[in-house]
Amino acid sequence: MVSNTDTKANNLMKKKLLIFALIMFVFGFALVPFYEKFCEVTGVNNLLQPDIRVKENRVDEARWITVELDANTRGLPWQFKPLQSSVKIHPGEPVDVMYEITNNSDREINGQAIPSYSPRNLEKYLKKFECFCFTKQVLKPNETRQMPVQFVIEPDLPPEIHTVTISYTFFELPGGASAIRK
Amino acid sequence: MAAVHGDAHSHGHDDHHPSGIMRWVTTTNHKDIGTMYLWFSFTMFLVGGFLAMGIRAELYQPGIQILEPELFNQFTTLHGLIMVFGAIMPAFVGFANWQVPMMIGAPDMAFARMNNWSFWLLPVAATLLVSSFFVPGGAAAGGWTFYPPLSVQGGLGVDLMIFSVHILGASSIMGSINIITTILNMRAPGMTLMKMPMFVWTWLITAYLLVLVMPVLAGTVTMLLTDRHFGTSFFNAAGGGDPVLFQHVFWFFGHPEVYIMILPAFGIVSEIIPTFSRKPLFGYSSMVYATASIAILSCVVWAHHMFTAGMPTVGQLFFMYATMLIAVPTGVKVFNWTATMWQGSMTFETPMLFSIGFIFLFVLGGFSGVICAIVPIDIQVQDTYYVIAHFHYVLVSGALFALFAGAYYWIPKWSGRMYNETLGKWHFWLSMFFFNLTFFVQHFLGLAGMPRRIPDYNLQFADFNMISSIGAFGFGLTQLLFLYIMISCIRSGEKAPQKPWDGATTLEWTHLPSPAPYHSFEKPPVVN
Repeated sequence: MVSNTDTKANNLMKKKLLIFALIMFVFGFALVPFYEKFCEVTGVNNLLQPDIRVKENRVDEARWITVELDANTRGLPWQFKPLQSSVKIHPGEPVDVMYEITNNSDREINGQAIPSYSPRNLEKYLKKFECFCFTKQVLKPNETRQMPVQFVIEPDLPPEIHTVTISYTFFELPGGASAIRK
Repeated sequence: MAAVHGDAHSHGHDDHHPSGIMRWVTTTNHKDIGTMYLWFSFTMFLVGGFLAMGIRAELYQPGIQILEPELFNQFTTLHGLIMVFGAIMPAFVGFANWQVPMMIGAPDMAFARMNNWSFWLLPVAATLLVSSFFVPGGAAAGGWTFYPPLSVQGGLGVDLMIFSVHILGASSIMGSINIITTILNMRAPGMTLMKMPMFVWTWLITAYLLVLVMPVLAGTVTMLLTDRHFGTSFFNAAGGGDPVLFQHVFWFFGHPEVYIMILPAFGIVSEIIPTFSRKPLFGYSSMVYATASIAILSCVVWAHHMFTAGMPTVGQLFFMYATMLIAVPTGVKVFNWTATMWQGSMTFETPMLFSIGFIFLFVLGGFSGVICAIVPIDIQVQDTYYVIAHFHYVLVSGALFALFAGAYYWIPKWSGRMYNETLGKWHFWLSMFFFNLTFFVQHFLGLAGMPRRIPDYNLQFADFNMISSIGAFGFGLTQLLFLYIMISCIRSGEKAPQKPWDGATTLEWTHLPSPAPYHSFEKPPVVN
């Protein structure tokens, strides 16, 4: 039916195509770091990276903004709360707030906090320099820890916004793994 | 099934193959395997159709009557998965198995044993998929696109779906390697690339797309699997992953996938229109280039499925313009088909009717696609019935109508018998009527804001939904007529001459008797 040279050519072609398929399989995984890098470079989606401090800070002293602080846990036996439920600030002024977590269980647990902001697009105006959400938090049994968040809300915040909410939710990291790189 | 080849035996020169069931299990003959692909995909079409009937029965009236919301979600999810991976894709592979070797003058597919493997993986995958309805927690219910977090949270059904997709992917990759090698290495002397029939061209390009994107899908579901069971956090926000990443990787596969389902349909229609217009295909080489450009463009438009997922404006603009650009090569194709018919001596047998129906309705689906590509409109119609109407116009009246057209066109060559022309025409007109009854009104439902994947709806949508459901039941029943036409053709149809369509010019009509012998072109024909 098919001569020997044909079979040889066919097998070569099969080999090439299989290798190509394998490369595409790896490419699927390579999209993950590529996506992360792309988001980092373009500044999309960098909730868990510190922002760069700007030298001159223009503080809009005429304006007051209420920052409500919210804390939640999902699926891990921690108590998590802000030490003050809200702060009144001027746009442009650096603010420090404290949160406290307590591990109520008798095992060591790794947790990761994920921020959520309201209103929509607040992340454009919110610059965070220090946050416990930048790294995973490891709490020994019954340990309590106080952690600061340092941020600035930029004066470009649309004037109709008077109240903003910064919320954190702690999730347990399965098996102590964290995909977040320092 | 065996009846398909009942007559082939008398023509076979040396076909010493086992009989009974073992013939089908062990066969390496491209015609046997093509037949099995086609029957398998038709069976899955009926299963997916049954699910669609369930969905439309629930949506016949507002309120919850037949399906609990959980089960409704399983129905919509599995309807999509089964129709895409179980019905449409294997059907086109079945056509490729039958037609590619005969149309290029090759004796069989390049890797006959692997061909057998690629088919027999399918029933395994289908069993996994369908049996997931009966495991605790039921089948996957997060939509056929299985977005996380739902697909990370779901039960055993999601795992079965993941394995099923792995197996289907492996089958598709093997099938495409086979098709590419056959087309590139085994053409008859004189059959240069630019002399190949359009169906072969479209399949060559489709097979390359499959090898390009199916492995990416395999990688995606693997990541999903490790997120579910091995503590990774690719898509799990709590572990630093990103569910939006899944959507990007999925649609990197998913958009070329929709062209994988439509390019071979273009190929079938490009064979049928010239035959029944009794003119050569207008603009053959532009057709080839248009197919290739569609395939290349299809790889850079994926994020138009995600305009509402959060994306910089620059990104939205890029994906919007790239998507609209696809209308250009598609327009070239539609122009060429129309120009082929222009001043041709046309006759309207069933394959031609389905092909013209294809052009007409596919263009409607294409236009609603261009509308969906416009970002502000897409944000409005995202996840509404407008999108449902759009992709059923390209997949049902596009891919499926082309499959029907191809089945009527080639069944005389495959079985050696003619189908009943009157019943075939009935099948076409009933399909045409009920299809539009089902899906045209869904445009209005979507524009009015009815969301997809919800078992209940506001009272204002009641009338259009009832019309749509009646259309769906009619469309479903009509397809049983197709089954009857095919079976009675294979069993007791009139004997078909070698070339029942006088405008046909491809090798299977000019060089092979009807039915095509079990082993054809052992000595390659010479093409000039």
